Amino acid sequence: MKRVVITGQGTINPLGRSVAETTEAMREGRCGIGALEFRDVERLAIRIGGQVKGYDPEAEFNRQQIALYDRFTQFTLLAAREAISQSGLSFGGELAARSGVVLGTSGGGLQTSDENYRSVYEEGKNRVHPFVVPKLMNNAAASHVSMAFNLKGPSFTVATACASSNHAMGQAFNLIRCGMATVMVTGGSESMLCFGGVKAWEGLRVMSRDACRPFSANRNGMVQGEGAGVFVFEEYEHARARGAEILAEVIGFAMTSDAADIVMPSKQGAARAIRGAVEDARVPLEAVGYINAHGTGTAANDKTECAAVADVFGAHADSLMISSTKSMHGHLIGGTGAVELLACIMALRDGVIAPTIGYEEADPECALDVVPNEAREAKVDVVLSNAFAFGGLNAVLALRAA
Amino acid sequence: MADVANRVIGIIAEQAVLDEGDVSMDQTLEDLGIDSLGLVESIFAIEEAFDIQIPFNANDPASSEFDISSVAAIVRAVEGLVAEQHA
Repeated sequence: MKRVVITGQGTINPLGRSVAETTEAMREGRCGIGALEFRDVERLAIRIGGQVKGYDPEAEFNRQQIALYDRFTQFTLLAAREAISQSGLSFGGELAARSGVVLGTSGGGLQTSDENYRSVYEEGKNRVHPFVVPKLMNNAAASHVSMAFNLKGPSFTVATACASSNHAMGQAFNLIRCGMATVMVTGGSESMLCFGGVKAWEGLRVMSRDACRPFSANRNGMVQGEGAGVFVFEEYEHARARGAEILAEVIGFAMTSDAADIVMPSKQGAARAIRGAVEDARVPLEAVGYINAHGTGTAANDKTECAAVADVFGAHADSLMISSTKSMHGHLIGGTGAVELLACIMALRDGVIAPTIGYEEADPECALDVVPNEAREAKVDVVLSNAFAFGGLNAVLALRAA
Repeated sequence: MADVANRVIGIIAEQAVLDEGDVSMDQTLEDLGIDSLGLVESIFAIEEAFDIQIPFNANDPASSEFDISSVAAIVRAVEGLVAEQHA
């Protein structure tokens, strides 16, 4: 089996327009959650979110591109630009044929759906723009990345709700590992901060009105965010031969299904995915120094996740660190695992563990070292990134320092 | 009807990313660099601008009743539809 390394990373999210801005915000424990700004927000009960503020599409794309790119596609392309530029790769000939793109998203072009449903239902219009379908389809972002960078190998989109990005990156990892691809551009994107997107989430009664406080006893729900994270996964020998800078190595991946409940998480399903990723990585459990938690800030997720970690790691659970950066950027749904992988890479490369901010009160059911409120310097060699989706679909990645 | 021509040329020019003055009546959409997506977008914009329905099927543009063989043909067709549908 081939080894897989990461040679580029890019992002746009509520904490920043680049990886440097984002990791700086994570180091400082800054919060990117604030008042939502969009049409009809006054009709919502939930009015906070991790929105990418002050973003001007016209500064990034021309008019014809904007006509075809939903906001989630725009975010993806910006993150892909940064990641591919860092990798130093350009795709032509055989390399283009052996390189692809697999991305996660849950809602796809939901902004486009929302705008156009409003137009035909509320405003009674009987004609929609001809590009509604190519704009809203879930694979639009992956397809535009393939076109923009000439990626002609395996390319598709994965939709597993909140685990979409981790499932996507897991596929990218496996495609390279088994020799089907040399380079995979991977990660995920989401932009459902619009009236219909937030209204739907409101219905579930799991959203916080004031803050995302993962693991804190007084946590009262999740906060949605938007943005994208994109990475260049590359076969190790290929990266080494061209002298590329290796940011981290992807060493393990596991996915499980709870087969139990459409919304409630399962400790067993989560634990099997965590253990599976460590076993796949062929490292001892004690090697894991940091876990980027799913940590949504809901009552159910956080206690179930902590119980799963305690089950898998036993006594070592008390010596590892686990934090949820959703406290800072919100829950990016299908893009969340990708933005959270930035914190994992920061931990491995810079020895800085991103904090769980907004932490106010200890919860006996979340009695782990959640790196409360302030980033911490610590050397870690192996990290995990958890994602547990609605529908009981779990995906965990394991990374090692380069 | 000169107004229809000016507005149609305005829409086509915007789609082609050209100045209106650079669009002449004898040009084809191909001359102007407008591809199939640009064509459906132009048709949408014309429908919106004149509040008309254009009989156009992207599967087989040649057999559509709507003549798109040149800028002049499009202008004539739009003039006809405006007269017919607003009669």
